[in-house]
Amino acid sequence: MSSPIAGLTRRSTLTAGALAAFASLLGSRLAFADDKMVMAEIKKLYGDKSLAEGKIKLDVPEIAENGLVVPVNVEVESPMTEADYVKAVHIYADGNPQPGIVSYSFTPACGKASAATRMRLAQTQNIVCVAEMSNGALHMAKANVKVTIGGCGG
Amino acid sequence: MTTKPTPRVRVPAKAAAGELIEIKTLISHEMESGQRKDAQGKTIPRKIINKFSASFNGKPVFAADWHPAISANPYQSFFFKATESGEFTFVWKDDDGSEYSSKNKLTVG
Repeated sequence: MSSPIAGLTRRSTLTAGALAAFASLLGSRLAFADDKMVMAEIKKLYGDKSLAEGKIKLDVPEIAENGLVVPVNVEVESPMTEADYVKAVHIYADGNPQPGIVSYSFTPACGKASAATRMRLAQTQNIVCVAEMSNGALHMAKANVKVTIGGCGG
Repeated sequence: MTTKPTPRVRVPAKAAAGELIEIKTLISHEMESGQRKDAQGKTIPRKIINKFSASFNGKPVFAADWHPAISANPYQSFFFKATESGEFTFVWKDDDGSEYSSKNKLTVG
């Protein structure tokens, strides 16, 4: 066993230096949203209502090479009739400066509760999707996107 | 802002009654997020299109509230169940109050 000082090789010193520089870079950037902020946004809209799994197909790439343009496609299972349709769909991200991405409102005239757009992701993070049905039921889905180059300007 | 945002919409000209059609829209806009800084370190103010809405014969069909996390030149697609002939109106609302719109006809039958 070598002492911690002797163990501090040139390479490890360099790595530590690089890490410290990276950490200070992160520290100087804007604060990011987190999982709690996403949950708080959902709570603001729907209170403590329970969120069921299923019914939502959230289609995002597993790995996004460019965080500036990440396709996001959501489809919610529903007959889309006057009696039973998807009213709203909200999409959030837990690692962007602000949690909100997009909120959709659907009507039975849509015929299918599906929409696609493109979003910016600052870093690797989770995408959270909440769907509100016409009977008030809530559904939720989550997906992780690995981002190689962040899309937050800086 | 250098150019005026130009909307581009793809709606099939004709559809059978009851057919599900996909509508694709795109508008040129920089969607300045309000997070970026200029060379002097000053924050560039936010300027995005915050709402997109679609209606058919005056009846609302679909709407999207966009946040700064939406990419530049925002794309939006959604579906519509064709039942009768008529006209779509698509409206994009900018942070600065301007509105951009597009009208597209659909013939059913």
